[in-house]
Amino acid sequence: MFEAINLGCIRGDRRLFAGLNFGIRPGELIELRGPNGTGKTSLLRIMCGLAAPAEGEIRWQDKNIRALGEEYYSNIAYLAHQNGVKDELSAIENLRISNALAGHPLTREEAGESLAEVGLSNYWHLPTRLLSAGQRRRVGLARLFVSQATLWILDEVLASLDNAAVELTRKVVTDHLSRGGMAIIATHQELALPSSQRLDLGS
Amino acid sequence: MFSWLVRRDLILAWRRRADVLATLFFFVIVVSLFPLGIGPEPQLLRAIAPGIVWVAALLASMLSLGRIFGNDYQDGTLEQILLTPQPIFLLVLAKMLAHWLVSELPLVIVAPLLGVQFGLSQNTLSTITVSLLLGTPILSLVGSLGAALTLGLRAANVLIALLVLPLCIPALIFGAGAVDASVNGTGSQPWLLLLAATLIVSLVFSPWATSAALRISVE
Repeated sequence: MFEAINLGCIRGDRRLFAGLNFGIRPGELIELRGPNGTGKTSLLRIMCGLAAPAEGEIRWQDKNIRALGEEYYSNIAYLAHQNGVKDELSAIENLRISNALAGHPLTREEAGESLAEVGLSNYWHLPTRLLSAGQRRRVGLARLFVSQATLWILDEVLASLDNAAVELTRKVVTDHLSRGGMAIIATHQELALPSSQRLDLGS
Repeated sequence: MFSWLVRRDLILAWRRRADVLATLFFFVIVVSLFPLGIGPEPQLLRAIAPGIVWVAALLASMLSLGRIFGNDYQDGTLEQILLTPQPIFLLVLAKMLAHWLVSELPLVIVAPLLGVQFGLSQNTLSTITVSLLLGTPILSLVGSLGAALTLGLRAANVLIALLVLPLCIPALIFGAGAVDASVNGTGSQPWLLLLAATLIVSLVFSPWATSAALRISVE
């Protein structure tokens, strides 16, 4: 399904990685590890198609993602370091708008349910600037949990989450994988998930 | 999807209405300073009014351009928008429309009121409105290209003005020319047609160029 072929990335005049080959099949999870500054986020952004690799290419169903464009985007969900949450909007507005933009609008009830699932049932109407860092992360997670994308690309997904949210994330990712989904997770923490591959950058 | 993005930007503008009002008040104050500074000479005021209204509208627009993509870029929502399965020029067009509704339309609405200070006739006041209605979308279109090109740079706001103002010169000439022609009673229609032509040209090229610039800036 997903293949990275001979990927290389150059930042400024520094080569972050080169000759990177890996693939993800349905139901597989890749754990992406490496010290700070070794190109984890750069790799994830390249996988999303936000950045172009210095060399090599990424294929989705045997087609280069740069050529697929929007067709590819409907298959991926990207949770970046920044949550992609608007401070001025409430949690429910954030969730409904980002889902509508992604092409599957949620009703108010569906969005409310999904926010309750991540433990924000009492906070959904507040502007997210009043929420804590962990709670905003949960808003970002809610967006991921309702997404219908096949490939989840997650950057430091467990950062600033409490134990309950970490457990929930593990459960949701496991469910996603058992439905035939794919995921790649960059992390410094212990994932405790059945990852089928471990990718070490900078080693 | 298009309408969701426009709606989102309108809600955001409403929640941060101080920013929007600042642009509008800047326009009102700049235009009002001229009659106060020059003094009550109807002949002179009528002669300079077209240029002043138009230049003030240009400058006021510069204040709001940095916000078109700037805030979305900082909180990561721009990346999310770029990763939605929609043609990017549609997304860009929605952002441009929202910017015009929020930051330019209020200028168009108050401009005739400000024109009264310059002793302009009824006829000229409506020409001001029409010329701004045709001209301000050009500012949004060209302005978002500048905003996309300078995204994430230091001193982006100054750079935007330096990039965008020269590109707006045709709109300024045709727009102020239309109002001027109406003051002199020589018929403003040819000027307005030229302005409309400029609008169409920027409508064709700007969303496409802005999309490309955004891709490069986000990378």
